[in-house]
Amino acid sequence: MSVQALETVHTLYGIMAEFETPGHLVAAARKVRLAGFKKFDAYTPYPIHELDEAMDLHDNRVSLYTLIGGCLGGIGGFSLASWVQSVALPLNIGGRPLISVPMFIPVTFECTILIGGLTAAISMLLLNGLPLPYHPVFNVDRFVDASRSKFFLCIESADAKFDRDNTVSFLESLNPVEIAEVAR
Amino acid sequence: MTTTEQSYTTPPQLTESLKKYQNTSAFVGLVFLGLLVAGYFMAGEQQFLRSYLAGFFMWFGAGAGCLALLMTQYLTGGAWGVMIRRLLEAGAKTLYVMWFGFLPLLLGAQQIYWWTTPAGLADKRIHEKVLYLNVEFLWIRWVIYGVIWLGLTYLLNKWSALEDETKSTDYSKKLESLSAPGVIAFFFTMTFASVDYLMVLEPHWFSTIYGFLTIIGEGLTAFCLINIVMALLAKHEPFNHLITDKHRHDLGKLTLAFVMLWAYLNFSQLLITWSANLPDEVVWYIKRWNGGWGSVATLLWVFQFFVPFGLLLSQTNKKSPAKIAGISAFILVVRALDYCFLVEPNFTDARNVQFNAHWLDIIAPIGFGGLWLALFFRNLSQTRLLPIGAPDFQKALNHGRDH
Repeated sequence: MSVQALETVHTLYGIMAEFETPGHLVAAARKVRLAGFKKFDAYTPYPIHELDEAMDLHDNRVSLYTLIGGCLGGIGGFSLASWVQSVALPLNIGGRPLISVPMFIPVTFECTILIGGLTAAISMLLLNGLPLPYHPVFNVDRFVDASRSKFFLCIESADAKFDRDNTVSFLESLNPVEIAEVAR
Repeated sequence: MTTTEQSYTTPPQLTESLKKYQNTSAFVGLVFLGLLVAGYFMAGEQQFLRSYLAGFFMWFGAGAGCLALLMTQYLTGGAWGVMIRRLLEAGAKTLYVMWFGFLPLLLGAQQIYWWTTPAGLADKRIHEKVLYLNVEFLWIRWVIYGVIWLGLTYLLNKWSALEDETKSTDYSKKLESLSAPGVIAFFFTMTFASVDYLMVLEPHWFSTIYGFLTIIGEGLTAFCLINIVMALLAKHEPFNHLITDKHRHDLGKLTLAFVMLWAYLNFSQLLITWSANLPDEVVWYIKRWNGGWGSVATLLWVFQFFVPFGLLLSQTNKKSPAKIAGISAFILVVRALDYCFLVEPNFTDARNVQFNAHWLDIIAPIGFGGLWLALFFRNLSQTRLLPIGAPDFQKALNHGRDH
């Protein structure tokens, strides 16, 4: 990386394009990916499922962690009920076996949901990099609309293919409403 | 995407394929129903009726499940309902024939339903329920069920065809306003039917969740069949580019929901029985807890819940036509085992439980399956396969495509 480019990375976070509709954004995101950019992100007021495919996002770690959390919760719940009923406080309830499996299923189920749900929420926040008190994209004034009605795409200067002038002209070819440089 | 109306008519090649499926199914159905009739003479009337009931009720339930889902999708809306509407209509229309399938059970009632025999009717606790459990009313109920199920099927099919022709939203509104009371009527009648034909096999036993359990099972059967047919259609023009992964994904998710509901309701029934531990209620489970039937119960839990649940969690499995069809076919096989499990153990003694499954229990579901599929494909080949008159038809087609 040249000195100049390095300087750019330090002062410029990226180039941002603003789009009027989700359709434009999805089409643009696909072209950006096909152009070979890796470090870019899209910002929308609500989830757009087509973006996953357009940006080729395949990060399913939250599902995996949730599955693991759920399994651990289920095993934990069942073990807890079995330990309480057979070791800590064995009680003969109507002649049923001490480990009375059907009765333990609700507890097992609830623990599965509880731990699975907590794992999902916490791992989602952590993997998203939250909490995040500062993000450069907010340096662009118009970006407040990203949580209301506008759709944004930002190519980051850290991308290997990033070049200030070429990236601007590339984004212009995608027919955005406006293009802005994002300061760090 | 702009496509003319012309492209939604079934191309001759596809009609040809549907005819081929119809003929193959009819052949298999006839052969196996023939074997079932041979079983009548070889194994006796009671065994014949037991296997008949298990096999017949599964496939009657496939049609009934289609009818219930047909009404449900008018009420909920959504792309999934529009895409499978014609399949559900074709499935519901099988009831025109399947309804008559209850006749052998009614005629041979004394062989299979103990309460209809003089000894049963003289039983003190049956006698207390004589207002409901009497043979005349059993026949009257069969007629009432027929009027409601066939009437709903007839009107839903008629108005839907008119909706296509006229493109008038009047019919869409009519379909919706019939479906709301229709679903309620369906739940009542099917609950009673499940009591009449399945639950009373164990005459003193009762479970208030049984009707729901039957209906959810029927919905599951219907969804599995729909998944398979959607995968078949996706091999043909023009469906190979009309059906998207997103459509399949939605149907797969609904199938998963029904798998979970089936398990949830079944477990609720077990949990309530287990906690109460009353002699009347446990008898049903005593026959299904140990020995051969106990193993079947385990198989059902593993293969009708845990395995399909695990497989259907994955998006890839739901979106791939081959995989979702494979999983659905697998569930259907287990459904047949489930119906056998509901019927056969009732005929063993609670004090000396025998594994009394019979080879006819394998013949019957295949025979009725062939018959049902032949009727279904015949109905399909006679109609346009997509409801072009539905108000949200284009929206449903574009589901899962870029805006």
